[in-house]
Amino acid sequence: MSTPLLTIEDVAVELPTPRGNLRAVDHVDLSLEAGRTLGIVGESGCGKTMLSRAILQLLPKKAKLSGRVMFDGQDLVRLAPESLRRLRARDLAVVFQDPMTSLNPVLTIGTQLMETIQEHLELDAPAARKRSIELLAAVGIPAPEQRLAQYPHQCSGGMRQRIAIAIALSCEPKLLIADEPTTALDVTIQAQILDLLAREQRRRHMAMIIITHDLGVVAGRADEVAVMYAGRVVERAPTQALFRRMHMPYTEALLAAIPKLETAPHTPLPAISGRPPDPTRPLKGCSFAPRCRYAAGRCHEAKPDLKAAESPEHLYACFHPIQMAEGVGA
Amino acid sequence: MATLELSMQDEVSAPVRRKRKLGLLFWIASLWLAVILTLAILAPLLPLQNPVDMDMLERRAAFSSDHWLGTDGLGRDELARLIFGARVSLTVGLIAPMIGLGIGGALGLLAGYFRGRFETLMVGSMDVLLAFPPLVFALAVTAYLGQSIPYLTVILGVLGIPAFMRVSRAATLSLARREFVIAAEALGASHARILLRELLPNVILPLLAFFLLGVAVTIVVEGALSFLGLGVPPPMASWGSMIGEGRDSLDVAPRLAFLPAAGLFLTVLAFNLVGDTMRALTDPRQGAL
Repeated sequence: MSTPLLTIEDVAVELPTPRGNLRAVDHVDLSLEAGRTLGIVGESGCGKTMLSRAILQLLPKKAKLSGRVMFDGQDLVRLAPESLRRLRARDLAVVFQDPMTSLNPVLTIGTQLMETIQEHLELDAPAARKRSIELLAAVGIPAPEQRLAQYPHQCSGGMRQRIAIAIALSCEPKLLIADEPTTALDVTIQAQILDLLAREQRRRHMAMIIITHDLGVVAGRADEVAVMYAGRVVERAPTQALFRRMHMPYTEALLAAIPKLETAPHTPLPAISGRPPDPTRPLKGCSFAPRCRYAAGRCHEAKPDLKAAESPEHLYACFHPIQMAEGVGA
Repeated sequence: MATLELSMQDEVSAPVRRKRKLGLLFWIASLWLAVILTLAILAPLLPLQNPVDMDMLERRAAFSSDHWLGTDGLGRDELARLIFGARVSLTVGLIAPMIGLGIGGALGLLAGYFRGRFETLMVGSMDVLLAFPPLVFALAVTAYLGQSIPYLTVILGVLGIPAFMRVSRAATLSLARREFVIAAEALGASHARILLRELLPNVILPLLAFFLLGVAVTIVVEGALSFLGLGVPPPMASWGSMIGEGRDSLDVAPRLAFLPAAGLFLTVLAFNLVGDTMRALTDPRQGAL
């Protein structure tokens, strides 16, 4: 095993709110090697996006961050602003959920792409233009030359997401963070975008973090999956191991909540009852206990730590892990 | 272009140019502005009479071949005064909002982007400037520095700064945490780059629309100041001062007030019409977005 490209150690993010400090990310440890994909899964408000912003050092100014984010041997948390800017320019990129807002509405696609390329690769205008066309073709945009002169609103959602990916890829990043890249798109486009990300990742040998609330998205594409709940990682495992045998009741509940094609129409979806705990008032016990089917006395008293299951890579935080005879088909 | 379209197999169409229907009103307005601007710029070269030469024997003369639009209360040629007055009104009316746009726009952009103490300071000081009666400010400055076109322009420009700053800050606030800005930041863009390339092109649209409004308002305010005797020093003409002078003879020769007033009205209207159309044409955003 090579040394990881990205190591997150004990990262916590606190946001001051009028109702008290909100702990958005609660002491998370993760690591990711070059060329690998990490999926971060969890429901809305579980801290996925805050974690990704913490990695990029793009948290709101008021947020308090502790812990270490080691990227390529440097601690991003303690890096000087100028070195951080240079590092972001060279090695980091991000694709956001909503392609409507992640492109500048008043600049043409060509301007946005070419400026990024010129800035990062120090090419002159004709070379940058050529490179933009290549990039747009690489992300599967037909007639890229014509697209350069268009504004974002003249493209469809899927098209825009492809352009956002092209811009993100333009600087040849070592790490791409895709924050719910397909949530705003319809299902057929989702698969295309995910395949595109996977293909470009293989070609460039970059590390990728896919953030999503849909376990189905990470199932075929991530090497490792971290399930987050209420700011904490509650289960973390290589994808196959996780789907073969999940230990955390929350992971199981998430999987059960994915609509399946084969169920009859009008079957109620097994949603997770209740709501996530108020992050400004942390619970004494396991954060999932109030919604958990298996919760027993101890769950309300103490927080379970992450511990290894049958393999050292498979970690989970639960006192009463699910005992499954066989895996759920992914 | 034809070869390009032939070689394209897929059904992707070339970028569709929006049909540019400008309408008759827009053309009339642009024509009016063009005429006024040309006349104002070329005024010294035109075969006009001297706008300050008085002829006491021909006071308030009617329209004639000598004086096409007659003469004013001191026997000065009305047409020449209107055209030379346009020079003053347009200079002040265009340059003063530019001062406001430049300074106020930049401050608003910085305040909206960096927030924090700088923003508080900016908003606070602009509120002070806004709360100060503009006429008193203009009076104080002209009393101290004397009447001249450059001072008048600067005063009106400074008075416009708070409004521009507010428009620019409001627009910046709504954009600064949009994802495309964060994406640019994640790609390593510097503050200067984000401000100039990501935010400015967005903020400039409402600012330009506001600028055209500012031109109209400034021409009117300059008129009001000149009317009160705080504007351009006599015997120089501006539309405002001409309306003021025409007031004395409203009953005998109302045209002396109404001709410059009509010029003012039509020019301001033309600026607004052209501004609206230009904004609608150049705004690449789709609807409200």
